[in-house]
Amino acid sequence: MIFKALGANVTVSLKVNGMDHDLDVEPDAPLLWVIRDELGLTGTKFGCGIAQCGACTVHVDGVATRSCMVPAGAVQGSEIVTIEGLSANGLTPVQQAWIDHQVPQCGYCQSGMIMAVSALLKTNPAPSDAQLSAAITNICRCGTFPRIRAAVRALAQR
Amino acid sequence: MPSRRVILLGGLGATGALVVGYALWPSDRLARVDKLAAKAGERFVNNWIKIANDDTVTIVVPHCDMGTGIFTALPQMAAEELDADWDKLRVEAALPDPLFANGALAEGFILSGQHMTRDQVPAFLRGTVDNTFRTVATYMDLQVTGGSSAVRATGVYGMRIAGAAAREMLVKAAAARWNVAPEDCATKLNRVLHKASGRSFSYGELAEDAAAYSPSSSPKVKAKSEYTLVGKPVPRIDIPNKVNGATKYGIDTVVPGMLYAAIRISPVFGAKLLSVETAHIAGRRGIRQVVKLDDAVVVVADRFWRARDAASALVPVFDNGANGSVSSETITARRIAALNGDLKRDTKIGFGADAIDQPGRRSYEAVYQVPYLAHAPMEPMNATALYGNGTLEVWAGAQDGLGARAYCAKEAKLPLEKVTFHLLPMGGAFGRRLPQQWNYLTYAVQTAMAVPGTPVKLVFTREQDMQHDYYRPNVMSRMRAAFDANGAPLAWSHDYTVNDGPNPAAGKGDPDPQAHIAYGIPSQEYRTAKVPTHIPTGPWRSVEASWHGFFVESFIDELAHEAKADPFAYRAALLGAKPRHLAVLKKAAAAAGWGTPMPQGQARGIALFESFESIVAHVAEVEVSPEGALTVRRIVAAIDCGMAVNPDGLKAQIEGGIIFGLTAALHGAITIDKGAVMQANFPDYEMVRLAECPEIEVHIVESDAPLGGAGEPGVPPVAPAVTNAIFAATGVRIRELPITNQKLTASPARSAAAN
Repeated sequence: MIFKALGANVTVSLKVNGMDHDLDVEPDAPLLWVIRDELGLTGTKFGCGIAQCGACTVHVDGVATRSCMVPAGAVQGSEIVTIEGLSANGLTPVQQAWIDHQVPQCGYCQSGMIMAVSALLKTNPAPSDAQLSAAITNICRCGTFPRIRAAVRALAQR
Repeated sequence: MPSRRVILLGGLGATGALVVGYALWPSDRLARVDKLAAKAGERFVNNWIKIANDDTVTIVVPHCDMGTGIFTALPQMAAEELDADWDKLRVEAALPDPLFANGALAEGFILSGQHMTRDQVPAFLRGTVDNTFRTVATYMDLQVTGGSSAVRATGVYGMRIAGAAAREMLVKAAAARWNVAPEDCATKLNRVLHKASGRSFSYGELAEDAAAYSPSSSPKVKAKSEYTLVGKPVPRIDIPNKVNGATKYGIDTVVPGMLYAAIRISPVFGAKLLSVETAHIAGRRGIRQVVKLDDAVVVVADRFWRARDAASALVPVFDNGANGSVSSETITARRIAALNGDLKRDTKIGFGADAIDQPGRRSYEAVYQVPYLAHAPMEPMNATALYGNGTLEVWAGAQDGLGARAYCAKEAKLPLEKVTFHLLPMGGAFGRRLPQQWNYLTYAVQTAMAVPGTPVKLVFTREQDMQHDYYRPNVMSRMRAAFDANGAPLAWSHDYTVNDGPNPAAGKGDPDPQAHIAYGIPSQEYRTAKVPTHIPTGPWRSVEASWHGFFVESFIDELAHEAKADPFAYRAALLGAKPRHLAVLKKAAAAAGWGTPMPQGQARGIALFESFESIVAHVAEVEVSPEGALTVRRIVAAIDCGMAVNPDGLKAQIEGGIIFGLTAALHGAITIDKGAVMQANFPDYEMVRLAECPEIEVHIVESDAPLGGAGEPGVPPVAPAVTNAIFAATGVRIRELPITNQKLTASPARSAAAN
């Protein structure tokens, strides 16, 4: 079966990493896929599609948000930041700590992990282990948690 | 194909041993490779090493990055022998071309094991070996990344040989220019030096001359004492691009004009698509085509979410055949019947099981079971393909680039040279992307063939990924033993089911060498029972060791308890002939403070297991609340893998193995109902996250043994260390995983006795 492409003219305006984008997408298009496929920012990852794993975490007005279930139309007017926009130049202390502690293995979940931890440290610069565990529920299948914990402990002591 | 040569190698514990190294291309082949894979100013000096005019050394790694750190450890081994300047070193993945077939894997595993039986050929290499003649039948599958093989095969038999041979060629080139003897030259940091005159050339200046020499068949390799780079915790080369979103995985492929595809595969394995109504999605935005495949329906659209939403709105009708009524319960019943039926003897030592039922001997029996498990790497299965004009181009991650290219060629009925395969880093694999488990490549190629001329990216949703895996098999085990008057075991009998799934990688019901124990028990017998199922199975991080580690290390713990002995001391007493095992066991116990008192409700458990030529012991510390809530507080690990090429990388692999094993032990279970997998996504296939992550300590026990693997050996002892600790804390013996399905009732009396 071959269907004709049907055009549509719905516009969603998003501000991502400081840049404004007027997009021809449905308002209910998931933010994750708009970021990846419309904007070409592939650092934000698809992991589960139901906001369980956190691979798709971005900042929406500074708040860590799992973008796979957020309708693009719902975050118009918000400041959206992805891993690509986390640091204006160079590395943030979180990214540097990830290198210092050799955290990533396959690395696929780490964009989301770094975004989630970065948002946490903005509101709580020195989280306890329990606060960290409560706030960061992202899944890492390679098992980098001991190093994530070590990296955050080091950041908390700065 | 490269010829085989027998050479003497030193260092890495192989000093003086006769081992077979992977021979290198003759120099006349280099021109072909330069054309294929060298950039301007670069030239290959042998298989895995390019040197550029600007003095950059590039190590070409015949593997795919799935996160284990081999793109740092393998170059360390080559650079060590080459005396390369690490700061001028680059790393590339080898092209999936027969020229880059990784003969080191074949040489290392098969040809050096002169007395290797079929059972001893690692599962991931079966199919590449002619079992009658034990020769390499094809190099098609020789870019495999799996079997914890990269360092111990590619590194030992390939990388360091390539580095040493390249160094010799560079020295010869410099010596010829100076008209001096090569012995009068030395190498350091990308330079050849003439010791007497102090003159020197950079490797870049010498590369062209060096490439004209044929690589030596017996390059001199360094002794362990000479290492300056191997053995150092060199930071991983791949990590900087993994903290800023820059690494491009298969799923990040962008090809101009690309469409996206979402799939609905028949929930029941092996079912056939009968029909699917599509009228209701025809008017949706962006939907281009619906492709009907044998057992699946694919929606092609201009954006992934449109394809996915449309696919989920379809109600495909499948013919499930006889498998639609199979459930976990019916499979379990089959396994019980098989264990009670005719068994095939694998091995008998001493009097075998006959030594158990002797008059006056106390015997003991226990039955264990582990469930099916999914791999669930964070990057769901995906592949991008472009078919048309008699060619096929594929972009994907796979644990064997060359094999994947050949597989796609076969799927598209094209000759290999008409197929281009872009091998991309994988967001985890754990065995899921090994050969013969490539349903995602099949579906992507078939979809591309339905939209010729247009590139299409097929992405599995997590639900499709979880329900169409090649699972770690469900295995049942019956163990029996008999004691002497002092409680020492005289006989050990292990009957277990072996998988006989419908897919090639499931194996054909062969016995598992991993069942065999390290403990000195005079009579032993191993028997297997084949259980055919329709559930596809395959290698899952640590493969057979993932279940035998649990069975063996639980049962020996039970025997220790029956003998009223300390579990550590009981094991140690049986390891008199295994000094490396004993040293690892002692290291873990000492580091964990084995035997020191613990608070009420807490206890330790220990387990020891050898797999992939490495020996690992874990001590787990658990706490069980009066209500039965379990906390795994700490895991202390010790590993002997010969030598740690990159100690920090090794520790990371053991940490990861512990989390992987702990996830399975605590939560992992794939169950079957009406022929299909019941779990769909992470809420019902739960993972250990930060909150459940114990404190982990890894201790490296160095030995002169040949190098062992790192990626997998940390997994097998995790479950038994934890369940043995639970027993010590509560008196509850867990014989079936996952632990979450078991009721834990704290028993203070038992806990006090155990401590």
